[in-house]
Amino acid sequence: MNIQIRERPEAGASAGIKTAIADCDIHPARATKDELYPYLAKRWYAHLETFGVHAYQGMMEGPPYPKAQPNASRRDAYPPEGGQQGSSLSFMQKQHLDPNNVALGVLNPLNTGQGLRNQDLAGAICSAINDWQIEKWTSKDARLKGSVVVPNEDGVAAAAEIRKRAGDTNFVQVLLLSRNVEPLGQRRYWPIYEAAQEAGLPIGVHAFGFGGNPITASGWPSFYVEEMVGHSQCQQTALASLVLEGVFERFSKLKMVMVEAGFGWAPSLAWRLDKVFSRLHAEVPHLKRKPSEYIRDHIWWTTQPMEDPESRDHLFQTIEWIGWDRLLFATDYPHWDFDEPSRVLPAGVSDANKQAFYLDNAKQLYGIA
Amino acid sequence: MTSPIAGGVDCDLHPAVPHLTSLLPYMNDYWRDQVTTRGMTDLISQSYPTNSPISSRPDWRPAQGKPGSSLADMQRQALDKFGSAYGICNPLYGVQMVFSEDMADAFCRALNDWLVKEWLDKDDRLRGSIVIPVQSIEKAVAEIERCAQDRRFVQVLMLVMGDMPLGKRHYWPIYAAAERLGLPIGIHAGSAYHNPPTSVGWGSYHIEDYVAQAQAFQTQLTSLIVEGVFARHPNLKMVMLESGFTWLPPFLWRLHKFWRGVRMETPWVDRAPLEIVRSNIRFSLQPVDAPPDGDTLNRLFDHMQSDELILFSTDYPHWQFDGDDVLPKGLSRDLVRRIMIDNPHATYARLKMKETTP
Repeated sequence: MNIQIRERPEAGASAGIKTAIADCDIHPARATKDELYPYLAKRWYAHLETFGVHAYQGMMEGPPYPKAQPNASRRDAYPPEGGQQGSSLSFMQKQHLDPNNVALGVLNPLNTGQGLRNQDLAGAICSAINDWQIEKWTSKDARLKGSVVVPNEDGVAAAAEIRKRAGDTNFVQVLLLSRNVEPLGQRRYWPIYEAAQEAGLPIGVHAFGFGGNPITASGWPSFYVEEMVGHSQCQQTALASLVLEGVFERFSKLKMVMVEAGFGWAPSLAWRLDKVFSRLHAEVPHLKRKPSEYIRDHIWWTTQPMEDPESRDHLFQTIEWIGWDRLLFATDYPHWDFDEPSRVLPAGVSDANKQAFYLDNAKQLYGIA
Repeated sequence: MTSPIAGGVDCDLHPAVPHLTSLLPYMNDYWRDQVTTRGMTDLISQSYPTNSPISSRPDWRPAQGKPGSSLADMQRQALDKFGSAYGICNPLYGVQMVFSEDMADAFCRALNDWLVKEWLDKDDRLRGSIVIPVQSIEKAVAEIERCAQDRRFVQVLMLVMGDMPLGKRHYWPIYAAAERLGLPIGIHAGSAYHNPPTSVGWGSYHIEDYVAQAQAFQTQLTSLIVEGVFARHPNLKMVMLESGFTWLPPFLWRLHKFWRGVRMETPWVDRAPLEIVRSNIRFSLQPVDAPPDGDTLNRLFDHMQSDELILFSTDYPHWQFDGDDVLPKGLSRDLVRRIMIDNPHATYARLKMKETTP
């Protein structure tokens, strides 16, 4: 949760953690609006200056549901040299990567070309963001790895961007958002899955995005808290679509990470899918296995915002239903609902499970030695 | 298996309207003429295709006609079978799908009158839910007030997927009327299909629509809580029908965490979401989205931290269980009694009112 600005021994420093960790959800930002322009053809930054982005929602500036904090980020995370939170590598190192002993940090850039209506613009911005990740971040700090962002509504162009980055060790995954024009299992997105599988890259599906659909099945809600809580429902539906459309039957080596959408809902969703599938399998004969088996074999989950029941036994039982080998620790730095690594797990977890949770699962999934 | 006990309240029965013509006797001349002149045939929702396996248990499917259309079958297969003292009828005829509020109003009135004549008048155990034209608040409130004069109506029925999130202030006059008249609001699985049936758009399959009901209930519960419905109407009960309930604990962990984080946005929410659920929200038993072993289920009940939340239901004639296994394995006798008798009676205050007119 957000930390008020107050006197500190070292401004913005964290309590720290002794063991090395992987942070599977870090959000790098641009310090200024034109920071991306060197990576764009003149045609596209002229377009941005004149028309801005044309998204599947109405606001030209700021999100439709105003966040709880500026840029949804910690007030103590503004870099001393200026620019928005998350836009300075040196301050990110000082405030987060060094004190929190981050051995692997996965970058998930938001506000890219994803979710734009003009697909040519979307493709140009995504490609620019990928170049920018290398130049500003991953080439400057070997702990950081990028995510290939793609023009998600144009499957063919997205696949081409993935193939362009295949084999580049600056990147460890492809990034999609949960809310798109259609549910993620739909065939328009299959070229993305085909290219990712071919490149050996997992796909991170980060909560968020606007795809033109109301963000509940009953229309638009009123409040930011509804959007936040609702991410887990959108993610459940997106995952159900992926399973029921047969994406994992078709792309049997594809791995996906559910990012920032919670994991506590996974057992109930899997049980529901299995139960309904037992009645309705005739409608989806392309599925050769029970839905829960696809989920168990193909899906990983980042931890932030951590499930936080009153009873730690409830948390442990839930994790056992999912598997300690499937959770990837994440902080969401620099966002306001940052999870402090030293406080996220209650007492009573074995050393082996801690090691898997904080580091080893991520290293194994992302192929980091 | 866990055995039911006699005298229970079956909180989710679905009597089927055989055909739109079955409602003609309950419409005025204008609407009778509209239906026949314009060639309207039936209002079957995509949520429940008649021949879909989930729409009827195989051994409850009649030789002819829609599942749930025969009172004698319902008596034999559900009410007598499980020894229920009361059964609450929740008609799922697709009247909510029409786009004209006038037409919806005419169809809702006809449906409610049909329920009285064809079902409630024919079996003393049966109670009804008032189906309302939700697009018009005025008409919805008028229909609640009209039907509530018959004490056998014990609840107001809405669908989980409609035009707007159910917590929106627009709907509050409905909740005020329901609270005043002692009627819980029953929110049932199903969509008016005025919005895509999932929060990320239209899926390809019926199975996706059905799985998505659970997510729709989750977003509605968020809406109802954070908009402040229960701060304004503390005595209003809402019952989630055919919602599933195993999603509730992790849903509440998340809602609680974010409510704590951004409660400055909704300062009228003066109690923790879990407390609001305990005092104001109930869930029907079926479907039980859990593995068949009693151990896991009991852990899930432990995660819910209350034995007052679940109300017995068969979801007749939908296919949620086989044979006599209406109660999942491993429930204690005490919990069975609460689920089948105590919890429904604590929820539906009007159940025991016998007189049919004031």
